[in-house]
Parts: sequence; structure tokens; C-alpha cells
Amino acid sequence: MPFKRFVETGRVVYVVEGPYKGKICCIVDCIDQKTVLVDGPESGVPRSKMRISQIHLTKFKVNFPYNGSTRTVRQAWIKSDLSNLWIKSRWAEKAANREKRASLGDFERFKLKRARRIRNKIRTNVYQALFNKTYCPKKKVVKKPKEEVKAE
Amino acid sequence: MADVKAEVKTEAGKRKRASKKEEVKAPIVKKKVRPSREKYFAKYDEKKKALANGTLKKIPSKKPKQNLLSGTATWKVVYKSGTWRFVHKPTENKLLSKAAATAKAEGKPLVITPKKKSIIVKPIKGEKNGGTREVHTVKRKAYYATMKTPKKHRSRGLFKNHKRNTRSSLTPGTVVILLTGIHKGKRAVLLKTLDTGLLLITGPFILNSIPLRRVHQGHVIATKTKLDISSVQIPEEVDDKYFKRILLKKKPKKGDSSKILFVQKNKTYRPTEKRKSDQKLVDKQILDILKKHPDRKTFLMYLASTFGLKSNQYPHRMQF
Repeated sequence: MPFKRFVETGRVVYVVEGPYKGKICCIVDCIDQKTVLVDGPESGVPRSKMRISQIHLTKFKVNFPYNGSTRTVRQAWIKSDLSNLWIKSRWAEKAANREKRASLGDFERFKLKRARRIRNKIRTNVYQALFNKTYCPKKKVVKKPKEEVKAE
Repeated sequence: MADVKAEVKTEAGKRKRASKKEEVKAPIVKKKVRPSREKYFAKYDEKKKALANGTLKKIPSKKPKQNLLSGTATWKVVYKSGTWRFVHKPTENKLLSKAAATAKAEGKPLVITPKKKSIIVKPIKGEKNGGTREVHTVKRKAYYATMKTPKKHRSRGLFKNHKRNTRSSLTPGTVVILLTGIHKGKRAVLLKTLDTGLLLITGPFILNSIPLRRVHQGHVIATKTKLDISSVQIPEEVDDKYFKRILLKKKPKKGDSSKILFVQKNKTYRPTEKRKSDQKLVDKQILDILKKHPDRKTFLMYLASTFGLKSNQYPHRMQF
């Protein structure tokens, strides 16, 4: 499999470490093998150098000339509708969920636990019903109402 | 214009005022004023006219202003609570008159104790001895330039009198996770902080069998969840003394062998009727509040349940 994501100008990057953790920005220029010049005018990351180890490459790429100013980066960013694309992506969704889960309080965690328990109970019941219906048809099984399937 | 500025009746100010008046009176032509100051002067002119008409009356100041910095003033400049302040300094005559007045009121003769002199001059006998010598009535402190002066340590007083601080997250009504003791892992409601800095909590007892209890704030995790318990009335007797431990059995005296002969039953702690009634009173109020909670059912289950960590949970990374 050839590589598809490269450290290159315009590559959109997810910051994993440091003060801008959790934000995205664009690579503007490669400073050396380990560091990169980065700019995120629309995401609140100032133009600065960043270690590549602090960064994860995304599938997105924005078109602007190498070493472009913040202004050109912003124009390209808005033109490609990157902010929206990012929010819609599965990666951003997961990251948001992770953050939400981390910010839960004790009581909220308890509520979640309880909700999961109820959901799993419904799910196993439905599964068991289906299982019995197909594999052990002789046995009489109490059918669960259809609403519960929807609740899953 | 000069009149306004010279309202401060200092001696120096008076002199200035006089000199300025003369200057202003002599030339009739109005002085050129900065445009930014024009408004201010216009306002002043208006006020002056109003005073002349009688529409506006001047409010006489209650006290004549004193020159605080002059030597004759009965004030002194003192560094007090962060800033330099003028503090009233009673003169010697005033003090005397005051003492005389109080003596008169009490019907006692005025006794004036003369000031103790710090230095007494004594004659020296003999020739070529200088004639006199100075004797200090109070022994002066020894001073050696190279000696380190011992530092004064601020005494903190008795432990029981120390100032207690509770964490800002521990406000009345917070749900709290207990970390030590027989109730460890349980969740309870914080009622208030007592004078000793210990927290007063309750289960409520029906939910998780935590009675009215004191806990140290270090043995507790404060959660975000808070109940509005401002309406809850805790009996006044419930304070630190209320929770004082009662000795269950007295030690038998040395000579008294009769008591040792019989096997004594071990007495266990039993809450008094008073405690039971207080418990009921407080818990009822809190349960009433809980019943009004939007997540009523879950909340009751929450308080009844115990706290625990899963394999991938780290308390220092979690929020409560």
C-alpha cells in the first residue's frame, strides 16, 4: 500500500499534544525533518513551528502555495470549507465524544451506566427472542413487543 | 477661578490665593482658556451666578479645615492598615483636662503621675571626674553590630483556635464521596461545616445507612452535583460537642476485685433517642428535596449506590 498522507504544505493536521491539543491546523512549510511550520487561522492555532511528533496527519488537504501567509491560508481554508468538513468527519466526532465522556461528572457517569444497563437488557432480550425463534422453534417463547426493537 | 482652587485653607495656600487674586483683578481681559477646560469654567460661572442670585445656597462645611502638616496641629501621620493616615493626637493639655473631668465626675482628686525620666543626671564626687554622670533608668538593650538578632516567631496560638478553611468545592448541599471509614465508597450529602472545620454529612440514613456524621474534608471527594438545601433546618444542638464520644465502660478500680470476677458483657454503641429523632428530622427534609429533583429515581439510586473505579479509570484524570 502506498502512502497517501504526506507531510506537505496544505496538509491538515490534528494536534495531539501541547497547548493547542485537539485543534486542527495546516502545514505551511517544513522546517526540518522533525519540525514543521503550522498555521490555523480559523481554528485558533497561531502560525508557529510544531514538532511532527505533536501532530497527526489527516486525510484533508488545503490548496495554497508553499510558505503562504496567514491570509492566504485563511482564504484557502474558507474556500475549501475545511471547518465544516472536519466537524462532519468521523475522527472529529470521536474526539468530541471522548471529550464529552471525560467531562462527565460522577452523577452523570452513574446515569450513563444505568442507561447502558437498560439498553443492554433490551438488546439481549430481543437477541434471545430472535435466537430462540430461529434455532429452537419448538420452545414457546414470549414475544417482545416491537417498540423495544426501535429503542435499541 | 482662583477662589475654587484656594479653598484649602492652608497657610501657604492663603498666601498663594492672595497673590493670585491680585493678578486676576488687575487685568480685566479674560484669560484665554483651553477648549477642554471651557466647560468646567462655564459650569463654575453658572454656579457663581446662582450663588449671587440666591437660588443656590452655599452649604457651610461642618468643620474648619486644619493644616494637617503643620507642627501645631493635633494630628499625626501614622502608617495604619496599609496606608499613611492622619490620626488624631491629643495634646498634653487636652489629656490633662480630660483626666480632670473624669476625676471630677467620679469625685476623686486629680492625681498626676509625673513622667518617668529615662535619664537621670547624678553628681559625681571628686575632682576631675566631670562633675555629673548620666544614669539610664531603663536598661538599654545590648547592641553588638555583628550579632544576629533573634527572629521573632509569630505565634499561631492553640490548635483549636486556628482558622479553618474548607475547600471551595465543598458547599452545603454537595454530594460527597467518602473515602475512609466504615462508610467508604458511599455517597452522602454535605450539610454544613462545623466550627472545628469538620464536615457534617448525612446519608440520608434510609438510603445508605450513613447517619449524621462528621468527616474531615481530606477524606472526601466533592462532586459537581449539588442540592439546594438552603431550606433545611438542622437542629441547633448538632455541633462538635454533640458528636463527642461517650465512654462505654469505666475502668475498674485497682482494689475492687469483685467487678473483675464477673464476666462483663461488652457494651456496644447505641444511638440515643435524641440522635434518632434528629436523624429523622434532617433526613425527612432532605428526602423531600430529593423527591423534587428532576431525576428523582436515579438520584435516589445514586445516593444508595457505592463509588468504584473501573480498570481504565484514573481518579486524577476524572471529573467528579
